[in-house]
Amino acid sequence: MDRSTQDYLFEYCLRLGDDLLVVGHRLSEWCGHAPILEEDIALANIALDCIGQGSFVLDLAAALKGATTADRLVYFREAIDYRNCLLVEQPNGDFASTLVRQFFFGLYHHLLTDRLRSSTYLPLAGIAQKAFKETEYHVRHSSQWMLRLGDGTEESHSRSQRAVNDLWQFTGELFETDEIDSALAGAGITQRSESLRNEWMQRTTDLLSNATLTVPADSFMQSGGRRGKHTEHLGHMLAEMQIVARSFPEATW
Amino acid sequence: MKSNGQTADRHNDQWELWEVFVQATAGQPHEHAGSLRAPDAEFALQNARDVFARRGKVCSLWVVKAGDIAASTPDDAKAFFDPADDKIYRHPHFYKLPRGMSSE
Repeated sequence: MDRSTQDYLFEYCLRLGDDLLVVGHRLSEWCGHAPILEEDIALANIALDCIGQGSFVLDLAAALKGATTADRLVYFREAIDYRNCLLVEQPNGDFASTLVRQFFFGLYHHLLTDRLRSSTYLPLAGIAQKAFKETEYHVRHSSQWMLRLGDGTEESHSRSQRAVNDLWQFTGELFETDEIDSALAGAGITQRSESLRNEWMQRTTDLLSNATLTVPADSFMQSGGRRGKHTEHLGHMLAEMQIVARSFPEATW
Repeated sequence: MKSNGQTADRHNDQWELWEVFVQATAGQPHEHAGSLRAPDAEFALQNARDVFARRGKVCSLWVVKAGDIAASTPDDAKAFFDPADDKIYRHPHFYKLPRGMSSE
């Protein structure tokens, strides 16, 4: 692998790994707070799946970079060095808002994982192969919730429609294709992100319509997470996530 | 006999109670694993997967509303079970069991 491909791949692994880490951390914030015990367990399980997948990808990133570890990447980078999409760092809000975010991201991640199984970069293909079944379950879980919340009571419908409207502006970024994306797709390592858009849109439109929810009209899409330009929420999240490791840098347990 | 009651309580704002049965490998019986609450069958299955199947070896799940189970009551016990007590010939104690099997 030549030097520039390796640099691109490092950057790409940060995007993928940071998405999973951040969404996993957000879901873990529900632990002990979900509306019912069984759902508390379900959300914690999905959080653990995401953090587990993220740690594999960040291990890969650390190996590509050399002289660092996944833990160092996670606990000692500033928000500006994080490469996750803006969608996953948005606060949990109410239960509907968490589930809408989870559906939007989960479906994207499921489609991506499906493609990455045939990556020519075998370590990545291996991670995707292992993650694929988990992502299938995540989509099932959030889809079933969307149907029940959207087509449930007047209150659950209005809360989920509001969440769809608020989070829609963060979905465009998932399918942005840049130089890194194109170069890696050219080498058969990844797929161009924009190639996932049609299927995501089709399945999302179908699900929202079954859930009696309205797909927002085309509007301005936020962007910047892949270049380190984050909403203010990521910094607050990282402060909490990183404090122990930064206060006691050599701590072991 | 009476029905298990819990789900009939309309003043209860909890989801319905479901009993979960798990099968470890094909051909084995489904065994009672515990109970949980869920709004419908799909979520009862999903919750059963999260609560009972994430760590153990499981190849199949059954869920059934607790209220749909007809159960015997303590009052039934005498009439139902006692007559078996003094009829030792109904128990297979007089056969030689193959090695490795237990009569319990």
